[in-house]
Amino acid sequence: MTSSRKSDDQILAKLQGVTKMYSQPDHYDILVLDDINLTILKGQFVALLGPSGSGKSTLLRIITGLSQPSFGTVLYRARPVTRPNPHAAMVFQSFALYPWLTVQQNVELGLTAKGIDRTERRQKALRLIDLIGLNGYEEAFPKELSGGMRQRVGFARALAVDPELLCMDEPFSALDFLTAENLRSELLDLWLDDKIPLQSILMVTHGIEEAVYMADRIIVLSKNPARIVADLVVNLPHPRNRKSGDFIYLVDHVYKTVTASDRPQLNSPLKLVPSSFHDPESEERAQLKPIPYGHLSMLSGLLELVSDRGGRDDLYRLGSELLLEVDDLLPVTDTAELFHLATVAEGDLILTEQGRQFAEVDVSLRKQIIRRELLNIPLFRLILRVLSAKSNHSMSKEFFTDILEEHFSHDQAERQLALAINWARFADLFHYDTDSERLYLADDQIAEAADQDAVLD
Amino acid sequence: MFGSRSLQSSSSGYADAVIGVAILALISLAVAWATHKPTGAGAPAGISLAYTHLPIDALFSWLRMAAAYAISLAFTMVYAYSAAYNRRAERILIPLLDILQSVPVLSFLPVVLLAFIHLFPHSALGVNLASIVLIFTGQVWNMVFALYNGLITIPRDLSESALSLQLSPWQRFRTLQLPYAMVGLVWNSMMSWAGGWFFLMAAEMFSLDNHRYRLRGLGSYLQTAANQGRWGREFLALATLIGVIVAMDQLVWRPLLAWADKFKLEMVESDQRFRSVVLVILRRSRLVQWVGRTLLVPMVEAVDGWLGVGLPRWRRQAAWLGSLVGLVRTLIVAGGIFVLFSALEDGLRLMSHLSANTLGVIALAVGATLIRVVVSLAFSVAWTVPVGVFIGLSPRFAKLLTPITQIAASVPATALFPGLVALLFRLGGGLVSASVLLMVLGTQWYILFNVIAGASAIPEDLKEAARMFGLRGTHIWRTLILPAIFPYLITGLITAGGGAWNASIVAEYVAFRGHIYTTFGVGALIAQDSQHGRFPALLAATCLLSLTVVVINRLIWRRLYQHATHRYSLS
Repeated sequence: MTSSRKSDDQILAKLQGVTKMYSQPDHYDILVLDDINLTILKGQFVALLGPSGSGKSTLLRIITGLSQPSFGTVLYRARPVTRPNPHAAMVFQSFALYPWLTVQQNVELGLTAKGIDRTERRQKALRLIDLIGLNGYEEAFPKELSGGMRQRVGFARALAVDPELLCMDEPFSALDFLTAENLRSELLDLWLDDKIPLQSILMVTHGIEEAVYMADRIIVLSKNPARIVADLVVNLPHPRNRKSGDFIYLVDHVYKTVTASDRPQLNSPLKLVPSSFHDPESEERAQLKPIPYGHLSMLSGLLELVSDRGGRDDLYRLGSELLLEVDDLLPVTDTAELFHLATVAEGDLILTEQGRQFAEVDVSLRKQIIRRELLNIPLFRLILRVLSAKSNHSMSKEFFTDILEEHFSHDQAERQLALAINWARFADLFHYDTDSERLYLADDQIAEAADQDAVLD
Repeated sequence: MFGSRSLQSSSSGYADAVIGVAILALISLAVAWATHKPTGAGAPAGISLAYTHLPIDALFSWLRMAAAYAISLAFTMVYAYSAAYNRRAERILIPLLDILQSVPVLSFLPVVLLAFIHLFPHSALGVNLASIVLIFTGQVWNMVFALYNGLITIPRDLSESALSLQLSPWQRFRTLQLPYAMVGLVWNSMMSWAGGWFFLMAAEMFSLDNHRYRLRGLGSYLQTAANQGRWGREFLALATLIGVIVAMDQLVWRPLLAWADKFKLEMVESDQRFRSVVLVILRRSRLVQWVGRTLLVPMVEAVDGWLGVGLPRWRRQAAWLGSLVGLVRTLIVAGGIFVLFSALEDGLRLMSHLSANTLGVIALAVGATLIRVVVSLAFSVAWTVPVGVFIGLSPRFAKLLTPITQIAASVPATALFPGLVALLFRLGGGLVSASVLLMVLGTQWYILFNVIAGASAIPEDLKEAARMFGLRGTHIWRTLILPAIFPYLITGLITAGGGAWNASIVAEYVAFRGHIYTTFGVGALIAQDSQHGRFPALLAATCLLSLTVVVINRLIWRRLYQHATHRYSLS
């Protein structure tokens, strides 16, 4: 990082050891942000880039003072941030406009809070509405506007309070491609031509191209928990050309960084549970790690495609061909790696021997492969062990969500179990009855589970 | 509809127990208070049946409703706000709300009436206050739920943007929280008024033996007319009541609903919008615009400036203020605990006079009323399901019949009761049939409207698929219609069940032409006990009734509702 040598008055915001944990009712806290150290300088356009669920929005909310870190401090102009920062303004993915207020009233909202009188408020709001290209729409309600127009109101509202730091949480993600592109370049124009008195812009995004297109600096975050894995400088001149060689090279480089940052997390246990006594079940509990949210049908489709192309393909190219963001693609490749069907190296997806086989065989053989792989995953071994130990070979769903909640948040535990049930149904490993909310083994599955147990022990 | 919200919230059994004890204590406090003072003569107002009195009577009734609604609204703001923004308060307030709204309010009528009459022995004020308190307890809970639900479901982005824009607590309330909850609040206010008429009619004409605690109003007018067999007057009074209700609907609720439309958190213009001619006229009127521009806007600005900037700074000011608040809070808690325990002691002392025999009779009476409730619900379901499905499935009939059913439903069952009783007695029927009929009257509409809503919500493609497969007769009912309307039917039944319990109180004990007619049931028991001053039995009956209703809600309705939403929801 180059920031350490800069003089203090160049520093706008500084994060020192920022850590965020969500406490669980059963005292197993979930770590979301792990020891984030970051300095934001005046004049920088910084992109926070990471896969979904990496806690980058949480980080943004901590920087703006909307949320407090569990440990560590946020300094803004060398002063600790303990409440919503009046010098920072937020732009939301969902626009967060008040539907019962007109465009003008929405833009005036922050000025009202400052106690500015009506005429001055009005003039200022009108000026910004003009600047952002919304003149004529002052009296319109948000629901009468298109998505792009609504986000313009979001920008005008944020800029109306003359913020020094503009924080944007995926501001273009809810817009269609053309509208987003148009709004991006207009925002860049305002920023680069100093038409707005902003000191810095901070943008949370999962779009790699978007980050390279707009930002001067890209902070890449890992997930579970979020750590800074890379701090990259983008010094391409504006306006940037998406087709230029430098641009494509940089995007590919960031792609590799992001996919690499995602991988080691998968193969290391999420968290060890302290356990005073020793039994096999708790040992399996200790190794529980999240299974990636990959759709099995997408997995099959992807493997067939890569197999047709000789068993190796560039992830970035695959993503842009299939119109999938890295966020949508990574869970699928993670699943492929989990099942030993493929590996990811240097931003490429490479099929294994088993993966080639999988791509060629019919669905019943595929089920067998998945089944064999599931038997090696701690979560499924735990479920099978419990089910075959019970005399009626059946157990309530809550029992398993309770176990999972020692490792994950409540919602995540529910999601993990739902996914596990889905995979198990595909592989005919165990059944689930939706009405009674119980997992159970059918007669043919009992025998197989018993065999499996004998092998494992 | 509104009854269902409560069922979604889960609460711990421990909080329920604490709250149950608290309610018991408060009831016994009221009863003990009533018993400590000598019985005074009630307000003896004779009811005149002159035509000219009708408008004044209607006005009196309306004023009582308006007063109760104003109190409800204020209470709603405080209660819902504390429950939504104070975690500790939420843990007590929400289970408490859940219980309070399922307790049959009318069973407290004698207790409340007696208490207030003793407080103001020589004026009509006590009876008036009793009726207002009764309406208040009948209408406030669903409003609280609506506001609370609105407050806790505000999207995170919206509240974060308010924080990030530095809005003060008052500004957040005015620009975000209240508008967000407005639609639910208006709808529930409307329902509360409808329910309020039911209680008002009963409260205005309740007679405890030779004391006739009557208030001038439409309710007492209706009963007097029926008692004297003057049917012309009876119909005229009913017409006046319907007129008032329809006028309220057209002049207040419809404009309010149309106005509240802008607070819906939808980003797409929906096809179905509430329209109100009155609102359009108001909005286009120059006078209203002028008042808005020159009075309202500066006023709001001034209030904003004063509350927005002044309040939070003042609150954050000094440490001594904080410790003072803490001291006051401790005193309030200590006082509350003291009152609770002394009331509980009073209640237990009263209860100790009870013999096992009396308790047995009370239990049997609750059982008898329970049977009546079940029978009346069965009757209601039997006719509303076929009719409701028929209306719901054919949009043409729905358009034609909806206004008619709405007007019919708006007439409170208690207003029809005196006339019906007189008619049935003349035809030779007894109070048994009359009471069940009244309970059906009080319950059927909730079920009908929900069934219509459920049937009209069946997606067109499901109906087409059923037609493609040639399903007909019982088969189509079993596979499509019944599962589709099931969640709606349960919602309707929950509300209807509450209505039936309330109706049973006034239906089992009737004074008609100088005679008292009773039928065995807990409603009759409560009325007789309060009239003879048997307060231990009154307390026990009220408590047992409330307990029964709460237990039935918890064990049957809540589970059915969860099952229905989980399994048969079409979304």
